[in-house]
This record gives sequence, structure tokens and C-alpha cells, in this order.
Amino acid sequence: MSAFVSRSTKASRVAMPLALILAAVLVAAPFWGETSTLRLLGEMMIYLALASLWNLLAGYTGLVSIGQQAYVGIGMFTVVVCTVLMGLHPLIAFPLAGLSAVIIAFPVGKLVFRLQGAYFAIGTWVMSEVFRLMTSTIGALGGGSGISIPTPMIKAIAVDKFWREATIYWLALALGVGALALVYGLLRSRIGLALTAIRDSEIASSSLGVSIKKIKFGVYVVVAGMTAMIGSLVALQKIRVSPDAAFSVNDWTAIVIFIVVIGGIGTIEGPIVGTIVYFLLREFLADLGSIYLMILGAVAISIMLLAPKGIWGYVAQRWNISLFPTGYVVKERSE
Amino acid sequence: MIWINIIVQGILVGGLYALFAAGLSLIFGVMRLVNIAHGDLIVAAAYLGWFICRVAGLHPLMSLFIVVPLAMLVGYALQRFILNRTLGKDILPPLLVTFGLSVIIQNGLLELFTVDSRKLNAGALETGSFPLLPGVDIGYLPLLQFFVAIAVIAGLQYLFFKTSLGRAFRATSDDPETAQLMGLDNRKVYAWAMALCLGVVAIAGVFLGIRANFDPAIGPSRLIFGFEAVIIGGLGNLWGTLIGGVILGVSQAIGAQINPAWQVLAGHIVFLLVLAVRPTGLFPRMTG
Repeated sequence: MSAFVSRSTKASRVAMPLALILAAVLVAAPFWGETSTLRLLGEMMIYLALASLWNLLAGYTGLVSIGQQAYVGIGMFTVVVCTVLMGLHPLIAFPLAGLSAVIIAFPVGKLVFRLQGAYFAIGTWVMSEVFRLMTSTIGALGGGSGISIPTPMIKAIAVDKFWREATIYWLALALGVGALALVYGLLRSRIGLALTAIRDSEIASSSLGVSIKKIKFGVYVVVAGMTAMIGSLVALQKIRVSPDAAFSVNDWTAIVIFIVVIGGIGTIEGPIVGTIVYFLLREFLADLGSIYLMILGAVAISIMLLAPKGIWGYVAQRWNISLFPTGYVVKERSE
Repeated sequence: MIWINIIVQGILVGGLYALFAAGLSLIFGVMRLVNIAHGDLIVAAAYLGWFICRVAGLHPLMSLFIVVPLAMLVGYALQRFILNRTLGKDILPPLLVTFGLSVIIQNGLLELFTVDSRKLNAGALETGSFPLLPGVDIGYLPLLQFFVAIAVIAGLQYLFFKTSLGRAFRATSDDPETAQLMGLDNRKVYAWAMALCLGVVAIAGVFLGIRANFDPAIGPSRLIFGFEAVIIGGLGNLWGTLIGGVILGVSQAIGAQINPAWQVLAGHIVFLLVLAVRPTGLFPRMTG
């Protein structure tokens, strides 16, 4: 008998082919789904991406941000700047949004990283308020009431309505799957090992040579870039961009936090479960208006108090399954 | 003379911001908790004051005698039954639970009182003023508000350093385990701290309601003003929060004079400048 190191689990070996089939079905969605189905799926992908990224920040890196709407908004206004002011093709705005957010995240990160823990959370919130208030004073960006992306620009995305809807949907799908892949890849890499070490003990890991600050800062900047790309896609979906909607703490952070907490913070599967639960709740309860948000808040609080690892954390512990294993397990090979 | 007037008015508004900040500072000092729902609790207190004034026909200042004890009761229960369960090494649970509370309070107020803005009517107190200098009039209300802020901070300072409850606060803050060994029940100490915090929140809420219109959505920005005052003044320093509030009030007043759209932005920018230049605040924690 010999021992070997395994990085997969039984569940993950079953899950991988299933995930591939599911991915194929989702990629083909424009050909089997109606426009409304496509839009709903696209929106789910956007929230899946936002939730996975926020989970990477808060659940794995310990950076609880209430200001990620800053980067969603930056992404949305990058589209406005590119299309309205510079006359560029809207899809060029997509990578440019990521790039500009990364550039902005450097000085912003330097400032907010001076605050610790909960104060970091409110500091990020202040930053996004600064961006919201500044964009409302810029007349060229539509001021406080916002601006629409011109119709010719929207039409330039693809030849007709079908392909436009499909293109936007595929981009959303790419971001949703991409965010999951980013988190999974990162956690399986050396950085993931470092993040786990930081989570378990900052002091011990720093004494063993893990450069905590650099890793945290790097994660913050990467997440900012990807969040802005999500924002630029939202702008193409919604067409109208206003500072209040672009930098909305409720739309881009509160709901995302609820999704992650309900699904399971600090697990890769959590945001997936949370997104599904959130959209189910929304289908049934959205008519209740503000009461619906109160229910969502109450569910999140109860989960935080009773099962802090969320739905997936409970399931994973109970049946010991992991669809996205990141650890190393020593097993024995039977001859 | 315009500018002197602006600065004087800004200083007086700073008193209100110091009231927002004092409760935050107190809670953070005792149990390292940052309550995201702080601003929404201030707005809820304003609504409670409005409701009591309407039902009982009281003057808003008289309503304080009901709003403050009620708020303290809520604070005690909130800490005892919910927030105590979230305290520990991990900062996530208290943050996320108070964030959920914030959303619940905002939408609850929306459900109860609609989106329409309300105001507390304090009659002659609101309009009365006396001339300090030619062109600089001091309103009775802002002045009263400022003195109340000073009195509240002085009272908290006295309580912290001169009473047995304050000793319990400081002991639990310094070393919760040892404090417990000495016979203090930390859960009760924390509950008293939150009760006290909500007492201050109630005063802040009623003054907020007399000063200007309020609606269910303005809570988060009150939290941010209070937070900025705390950071500008220096963490853990109660008198610092007063100075932080004054600096914030003056920057906002100057910003508003240059361009009305820059009022809040100017405050944020001064906060970021302080963060960039002196991240520990202008007057960091001195003792205790």
C-alpha cells in the first residue's frame, strides 16, 4: 500500500461532469429560453459573480466591505464615458472598466486599508458615497439625474435584438462562471494557502513569512477590477445610468451580503446556493415591497446567529461534502 | 462676516454630529462593536418622538422624557438578546447582524410612516435667535443643541471615570476575562453600555427631528457623519468626537457655501484628508 495526496472528493468527481453539462445548457440558453428567461438568468449570473467576489473579500480575506457599489458604479460610468463622451464601441468599455477600477482601487485601497475591521467597512462605504456625490456634480455624466447610453451604441453590440440579448447574457454567464473560477483557482493556489493561514492566525502566518498586507491588497484590487466589469455589463443591460442607482448600497452590497450570508460565507458553494435562494424568495415575496426586504434581513440575522456558516456550511458539515475541494487529503492506495 | 457666520453655524451643527458620534464611540470603546444600524436607530428615535408629540401633544423637548427611557430599554434588550450572541474574535457576525438590523429598521419605518418626510415642531425655539456680532445671529435651537452635546459628553466622561458602572465599562473593555473573574457579568455590562448608547441616540434623534425634515432613508448618512466625527477626533476619545463633529460641521458649511451640491462631499473629503495624513485621528485615545 502506498499513500498519495488527493485534491478531489467523491462529490467533486460527480459534480464536475454535472457542472459541465449544466454549463453547456446555460451556454445554449439563448436558443431554448425566452427573452424573460434569459434576462432572469443573466441577472442571476451577475449576482452570483458579485456574491462570489464579496465572499472572497469578506469570507476568505477578512475584508468586510460595504462599499463594493463604488466599483459597480465606476464600471457603469466607464461605459457612459466610453460611449457617450468618446464614441467608442460599448464592448470596449468592458475591459476598460476593469482597468480603470484597478487603477482607482490603488489609491482608494491605500486609504481604506488604514482602517481596521468594522471601521474598514464604513470607510469603504464613505468612499463609494464620495464617488456617488462627485459623479452627481459632473454635468457631462448627466449630473444627479443620470444619462442614457445612446441607442446607436446599444445597437452596435450585435446585428439584431436576438444576438444583442444573447451577447449580454453570455458576458454575464462568463462573469458568473469566471468569478467562481477565479475564487476556486485562487484558493487552490499558494495564495489560497496563504489566505487560509491568515484566516486561522494572522500572527502565526506573518511570522512564517506570509506577507499579509500585500495579499489582502492584491485581492482587494483584483476584486475591484472584476466588480467594475460586472458594473459595465449592468449598464449595457439597464441602458440608463444614474449616480443613485449606480452607487446603490442596497442593490450592489446589501442584497449581495444577504446572498452570501444565507448561502454560506467562507464557502465557494455558498454564493451559488444563496443566489438560487434569493431569486426564489424574490419570485414569491417581491410583491410585499419593503416587508420583503425586512424578511430578507431577518433571515440573514437568524442564519448569522443560529448557523453562521449558512445553508451550504450546514449541509457540508452534516454530510461532509465539498463540490469545490481546495484542501489536500492524504489517502491510501489499495493495491 | 459671511464667513464668520458660516463657521459659527458649522460649529453649532457640529454639536449634533458629536451626538451622533458619542454613542458610536462609547460602544466601540466598551466592546469593540460597530453598530451599522446606529444611524437608523437615530432616525427611529426621531419618529418615536414625532409619534409621541402627535399623540400626547407634547413639546418635542418634553418628549425626551419618554423617548430616552424607551430607547434605553430597547438598547438593553437589543444587546442582551441579539448582539451579545454575536460578540467574539470574529468581526463578521456583529457587522452583518447590525447590517441586517439596519435594513429591517429602514423598511419597518417605511412601512409604518411612509416615505413622506416628517419634522418635529418646537415652536418659537426653532425661529428665535440673538445677534452675536453684526451679521452673525445665533439661533436658540442650535445653541441649545450644542450645549446638550457638551453636557452629554461631559456626563459620559464623568460616568466613565468617576462611577462604578464606568469602572465596570473600563474593566470589561481592558480585559473581559479578568473582569468576569472579578464578578462582573460582561453580558450585563455590555447591555448597560448599549442602553446608554441608545439614550444618547434618542437625544440625537429628537434634535435631528427638530432641526430638519427626516425620512426613513436618511439613517445611513447619519451613521457616516457620526463615524467621520469619531475618526477625525480620534478613536476612543469622547471630547475628540466633539471636535471631530465641529470640524465636520464647519467643513460641510464651507462646502455648502461654495456650492450647495458640495456640502456632504466637503465633509467626506476632510475626513479622507485626515485619514491620509493622520490615520489615528487628530486627538487619539489618551487614557483608559
